[in-house]
Amino acid sequence: MVIPFRGVDFLEFDSLLNDDERLVRSTARQFIEENLIPIIEECNRAGRFPRELVKPMAALGFYGASLQGYGCAGMSNVEYGLVMQELERGDSGLRSFVSVQSALVMYPIYTFGSDEQKQQWLPALQSGEKIGCFGLTEPDFGSNPGAMRSRARKSGREYILNGEKMWITSGSIADVAMIWAKVENPKEEKDERNTRNTKDECVRGFLVETDRPGFKAQDIHGKWSLRASVTSGLSLQDVRIPESNLLPATQGLKSPLMCLNQARYGIAWGAIGAAMACYDCALQYAQLRKQFHDKPIASHQLVQEKLAWMVTEITKAQLLALQVGRLKDEKKTQHQHVSMAKRNNVWMALECARLSRDILGANGVADDYPIMRHMMNLESVKTYEGTHDIHTLILGQNITGLDAF
Amino acid sequence: MKILVCMKQVPQKDAPLKLNAGGTWIREDVSYEVNEPDAYALEEALRQKEKNGGEVIVITAGPGRAQQVLREALAKGADRAIHLEDDAFVGFDALNMARALAAVIKAEPFDLIFTGLQSDDYGYAQTGVILAELLGIPHATIVMQIESSGDGIRVKRELEAGYFQFVEMPLPAVLTIQSGINKLRYATLLGIKQAKNKPLRKITLAELQSAVPAGAAGNLQKIERLYVPQKTKNTEFIQGTPAEAARTIVEKLRNEVRVI
Repeated sequence: MVIPFRGVDFLEFDSLLNDDERLVRSTARQFIEENLIPIIEECNRAGRFPRELVKPMAALGFYGASLQGYGCAGMSNVEYGLVMQELERGDSGLRSFVSVQSALVMYPIYTFGSDEQKQQWLPALQSGEKIGCFGLTEPDFGSNPGAMRSRARKSGREYILNGEKMWITSGSIADVAMIWAKVENPKEEKDERNTRNTKDECVRGFLVETDRPGFKAQDIHGKWSLRASVTSGLSLQDVRIPESNLLPATQGLKSPLMCLNQARYGIAWGAIGAAMACYDCALQYAQLRKQFHDKPIASHQLVQEKLAWMVTEITKAQLLALQVGRLKDEKKTQHQHVSMAKRNNVWMALECARLSRDILGANGVADDYPIMRHMMNLESVKTYEGTHDIHTLILGQNITGLDAF
Repeated sequence: MKILVCMKQVPQKDAPLKLNAGGTWIREDVSYEVNEPDAYALEEALRQKEKNGGEVIVITAGPGRAQQVLREALAKGADRAIHLEDDAFVGFDALNMARALAAVIKAEPFDLIFTGLQSDDYGYAQTGVILAELLGIPHATIVMQIESSGDGIRVKRELEAGYFQFVEMPLPAVLTIQSGINKLRYATLLGIKQAKNKPLRKITLAELQSAVPAGAAGNLQKIERLYVPQKTKNTEFIQGTPAEAARTIVEKLRNEVRVI
């Protein structure tokens, strides 16, 4: 008998949630249990994004769930986080899709966009009619996006975009790309020597419809992680967009970093979901699997130590994410808080995946069980949206006042 | 069409069973969920409303925690909710519960009253039937399908061995709904937010004093003892010559196991 996922609640964590929060979690949990769990291993094996779930997730309100208006549900940050947790309990790839659509495409349009842009895009993205992607990372620059090479040049009432973007979730299935590029200073256009003067160049965000001439997206194949989501490289060669496609309120690198901060917050919750899935599987397995003396392996001290470590770390991660969420709901959260939660929770989840795999022995590497898939997914999650090490430096800078980048 | 759906919060059915100290019921600190047949009853009511218009009202009886059932129903599309709120309702038998529900229903008439076929915890399958009797209106049990028919309705009932029965009945009526007759909807995130603004009326046990004067003490049914089935594995080796052993086995099969 397959035992449905019931969450992990060691320390009466649920008593810290209100009725709505529990209900939101239960909707997301039930949706994943019924719609993703039955197909995820096949998707992962085939490297297929379950696109058939895009509209059903929209119907439940998963995209832009924490935004107000435009058909969005206006969830609190804690409720949004709980949805992310349940999605990633299913698969990090599906959670990534929702994160990108919500935090990296809808959020910047909502925060930096004009009224026309909001009217045009938010209802369509909320309802899953349109899919978005976020282009910040480049082949040569990941952790240091400030050094990006992508450029936007003003020409009449248009911008002309050139550049390469890499590791872009949903890149080739997107209808619109949120592209970040440096606007070349028109004065310096004539003076080649000055084009490296970054002081005068400002990172700004552009909405680029993916059917514009010069825009190409190519999928990255052979990845051993997030196989159930689409990852692409984007190439922009003299892509002309009307000036009305510039997000008017974007100003400098701070703007895309605000988006990332939003997404990182969701990841801090999502990672708990992946950890719970692994722990839940390992615990069930350990109670059934017999090896020595006809006793379940859960009766051995070394196995118990692993289970005890996992349940402790999951519990700590829940409390950390909840506190950051509560602060965020009070508009008191700071970026270093989110860094701590993302860094700790993804690390913890990856350790849980490794320990769980250990408990399952050889069975742990097969896709009869979800553990290896989560483990491989989490390797990406550890790296994207600010690597583990970059978050360490953000924390270091915050507590010492010294920049160690 | 005004439909009342009676819903119950029950312990999660696949969660580990924890019994209270007295061994008379399940401990309070377990996880709870909507009684499964009640979820189908709600879904059927919402579909009837979508087809024929009207109003769906949900009612539950239980402690504060039971409000979650109503919140979920409101989020799925019920228009308003009634909460008979008291810890004592947990211990009510089917008759007492039906009396409490009937008191509320007499004050506000409905065209249709749905209950789940039975509860996943007590499993009486009686509350709906007794409720109809107390209200003096007809009922049908194990209902799988409901259609309008003239001034009344035509329902499909599940019988045993793959047989069905179609019954024409007048309104108002009580129907106990079978599990699995439709596909349950999810509570959408927007629905959960909107549910906050829907009316939820609370009724105390004291207000129902005249209907259930003795509270749970007025129960006609009582749970004496609840226990987890004990695993007993007893292997007995039968000694003696083959002929003696065969004789012993036959004797045991005849007198102890009683299969021959």
